[in-house]
Amino acid sequence: MAVRIVFLGPLRDLAGEDSREVPAPLDWTGLLSAVGPQVAEQLNEQRVNVACAGKVLSDKTTLHAQDGDEVALLPPVSGG
Amino acid sequence: MNDVRLLTSPFIPGALIGPFTDAHPGLGGVCTFVGEVRGEADVELLELSHYEPLTLPSMEELAQQAITRFDLMGILMVHRVGAMRPGEPIVCVSAAAKHRRGAIDAVDFAMDHLKSAAWFWKREKRNGEWHWIQPRADDYADLARWSD
Repeated sequence: MAVRIVFLGPLRDLAGEDSREVPAPLDWTGLLSAVGPQVAEQLNEQRVNVACAGKVLSDKTTLHAQDGDEVALLPPVSGG
Repeated sequence: MNDVRLLTSPFIPGALIGPFTDAHPGLGGVCTFVGEVRGEADVELLELSHYEPLTLPSMEELAQQAITRFDLMGILMVHRVGAMRPGEPIVCVSAAAKHRRGAIDAVDFAMDHLKSAAWFWKREKRNGEWHWIQPRADDYADLARWSD
């Protein structure tokens, strides 16, 4: 089992893929190094949110993803 | 009745309104808004992507907020995802209430939240190339109208 990182919206283009599997557990520092410098730079922006296991984190730096969790990287929404 | 849906294929808003209205006998007013993909000169396609685990649950929560805040009898909230052509319906919100003001305000409230706070990402294809649509300051200003 692993943690699945999902790249949404424009972050998908930056990452060059829809999702990526990385070994569990995964914390904030691990996430930043797993996604590559370009996506990491975006993640450091306040307006980019992170969800873990279907919940948006109020403080993304507290990320602690376990085996089987999905971590979604959520850039600012462009509306419906 | 709270009817919230994400659709991956084209829909006819008019076909949803009759059954929605019929489901609320005794209502005083129904207000419906339909948003369509704007026909702009060089836009070939609009693509809306979402994130399944968050998008639908957050729309259901928004529907519930609207019901409580505006004392609705019911709300219909239908949103397209996927690729759409100009002129295709993208969103339909309909609210049923005892009195008109609640129905009208609920639709306005729901649309402002869908436009700026719902988990959708949009890109459009112009001259064969995809361009991501960035959030607009106006959308945030629209949302701020509803903060207590």
